Amino acid sequence: MMNFALIGNQNCGKTTLFNQLTGSNQHVGNFPGVTVDSKEGIMIGHEDCTIIDLPGIYSLSPYTNEEIVTRDYLMNQQVDCIINIVDATNIERNLYLTLQLIELQIPMVLAINMMDEMKANGGTIKINDFSKRIGVECIPISAFKNQGISDLINAAIQTARERRKPLRLDFCSGAVHRCIHGISTMIEDHALALHMAPRFAATKLIEGDSILEKQLKLTENEIDLIEHSVTEMERECDLDREAAIADMRYQFIERVCKDNVVRAHESREYIRSVKIDTILTGKYLALPSFALIMALVFYLSFGPLGSFLSDEFALLIEKIIAFISELLLDYGLNTVVFSLVVDGIFAGISSVLSFMPVILVLFFFLSILEDSGYMARVAFIMDKPLRKLGLSGKSFVPMLIGFGCSVPAIMSTRTLSSNRDRIMTILLTPFMSCTAKVPIYAVFTLAFFPKHAAQVMILLYATGILVGIFVAFLLKSTVYKGDPIPFVMEMPNYRLPSAKSVVLLMWEKAKDFLTKAFTVIFLASIVIWFLQSFDLKLNLVADSADSILALLGHGLSFIFAPLGFSDWRAATALITGFTAKEAVISTLAVLMHTTIAQLPAALNILFTPISAYSFLLFTLLYSPCVAAIAAAKREMGIKNTLVMIFFQCSIAWVVAFLFYHLASFIILWL
Amino acid sequence: MTLDELEVGEKAFITAVNGEGALRRHLLGMGCIPKTQVELHKVAPMKDPIEIRLRGYLLTLRVEDAKKIEVERI
Repeated sequence: MMNFALIGNQNCGKTTLFNQLTGSNQHVGNFPGVTVDSKEGIMIGHEDCTIIDLPGIYSLSPYTNEEIVTRDYLMNQQVDCIINIVDATNIERNLYLTLQLIELQIPMVLAINMMDEMKANGGTIKINDFSKRIGVECIPISAFKNQGISDLINAAIQTARERRKPLRLDFCSGAVHRCIHGISTMIEDHALALHMAPRFAATKLIEGDSILEKQLKLTENEIDLIEHSVTEMERECDLDREAAIADMRYQFIERVCKDNVVRAHESREYIRSVKIDTILTGKYLALPSFALIMALVFYLSFGPLGSFLSDEFALLIEKIIAFISELLLDYGLNTVVFSLVVDGIFAGISSVLSFMPVILVLFFFLSILEDSGYMARVAFIMDKPLRKLGLSGKSFVPMLIGFGCSVPAIMSTRTLSSNRDRIMTILLTPFMSCTAKVPIYAVFTLAFFPKHAAQVMILLYATGILVGIFVAFLLKSTVYKGDPIPFVMEMPNYRLPSAKSVVLLMWEKAKDFLTKAFTVIFLASIVIWFLQSFDLKLNLVADSADSILALLGHGLSFIFAPLGFSDWRAATALITGFTAKEAVISTLAVLMHTTIAQLPAALNILFTPISAYSFLLFTLLYSPCVAAIAAAKREMGIKNTLVMIFFQCSIAWVVAFLFYHLASFIILWL
Repeated sequence: MTLDELEVGEKAFITAVNGEGALRRHLLGMGCIPKTQVELHKVAPMKDPIEIRLRGYLLTLRVEDAKKIEVERI
């Protein structure tokens, strides 16, 4: 069994290469304790070779979760060979990471990606000389066109078998060299005790890596000696320790590139990107084009295309359920168990499953926007307004997805590199009113504000956003003080997304969604069914008005009385809304002994227009559904999630309370 | 002068990278080191962040952080 690690910068085609190396034979790996995405797979044609796709990083410094995870993985796991992928069109900066990997003294090959693009634009790399200079075997490839992949696999396996470590270690001369050499010799024993290359440890110590300093268990005397040696070097080369090391690496890279790389002239891809960006990030057109693109994505996902797929899928599920029900009836299954299976489990899961096509379509478009490089532009144009809320431009995308569905929105916060930003974004996302709430709004506006339906809807969405902004300010000035993550980001060229990557991503999301539907929602459906079908003495009830759920509704209705709706049926609907927001409407219909179509007429018994709006405000803001809660729990832990639920319910209550009393007061005066 | 004071299209050499910690190390790692040539490529519609070109690629950073990079116009 051989173990390969795929490492490279962001935007260098790493994921595309991983998909080419493994096909669909991959699964999401897990790093305990941190939410860093990584995947593992089996190399095509080599059953005994596993390959792990480590997060895209620019350096091996210990500042971000991604960098720490990668570093720990390389040092603590048995990696037989590193496959380092670099972008030929941007080779200087890509090699910065390569030099640090070389210092680790783990067998390694270099995959030089996008060679086709470089050659097409008049550039080239003298591969043989280049390989010799950096002491690592280099293989030119094009991950997108699937060229050079088998050469790469052969070279990697060969390198791993022969345990061929990178040959070159010295990138420098003069003061920096002396300093590295001296420290390297001094700490050799400490480093080897940790199975760490002394050379790597030495450069990291010079850079001022405090994590490593602790790991190495240096004596005070040794630390003093190191500091002394570093100060001397700083004085001699007139640069501080961090800059001196960075300068050393880049100088070496510049020398190697000067001798072996014929730079491409301004590439077609670059010129095309700059042209597209005169519109998409242009001074006047950036925001309108952004609004247009998002409107289009949402229209296609939730409009005709999405709803068509969703309806078809719902019909299919219905047919399957009808078929199974018939079989069960013929079999003569106990009626209670039958009710559990059909009314409880099937009904619950199918209501959520019918959303899957919409979510997949949404993800299809979003992954195209992501892979093409547009999301980086969105972060670029939206960074300033979001910084006022204590967030960075990168948080904008998840919140936008939140208008569709909180579940994928929360899952997409993975791309944020700081914990603080991630948690804040997850807390804010549910305030962006999701599409599952639309049926509730529709029924209520039809019943109480038929002439002002659109205004009421817009007002609700706006309220959600405003409350979100208010909460962001609140969080920023209390719990999550501190600055948003720095925004130093590479702006990649626009690229055609690879079909394979998009399809694999959708498949992954579908799998994720199905897992959730059959675990969390499965359980929640059973619980709700039980509460709805039995009374406290565990007798089956004929009318759900006598059930435990109704009892709960009665018990909780005092909470909602100050908001203007004290009827137990409203409270009960809100409880079931916890499993999925659509359930609010279906529950109300069941409890009012009517159909969803007839529901608007029946609602007049329960609500006045003012209390109806108060109810809408509450549903807009209160706890997200079980699926979203499950997603949030996975991303930020149970404690934060419980706080989120409590916090949102409180805000919903306060807002609805204020609205109800203010509005009643105003009406009285008019 | 500092990086944010350049006009769009102007080129300069980096003379010093100030600041500290993660951000500084990140800037250095991305190739913002003294003697490197940079060009101010674009300013975001709301005047912040900015986009610079160096070593053949584009890098975005906030004005606040660009103030930490000292440059000399060519």
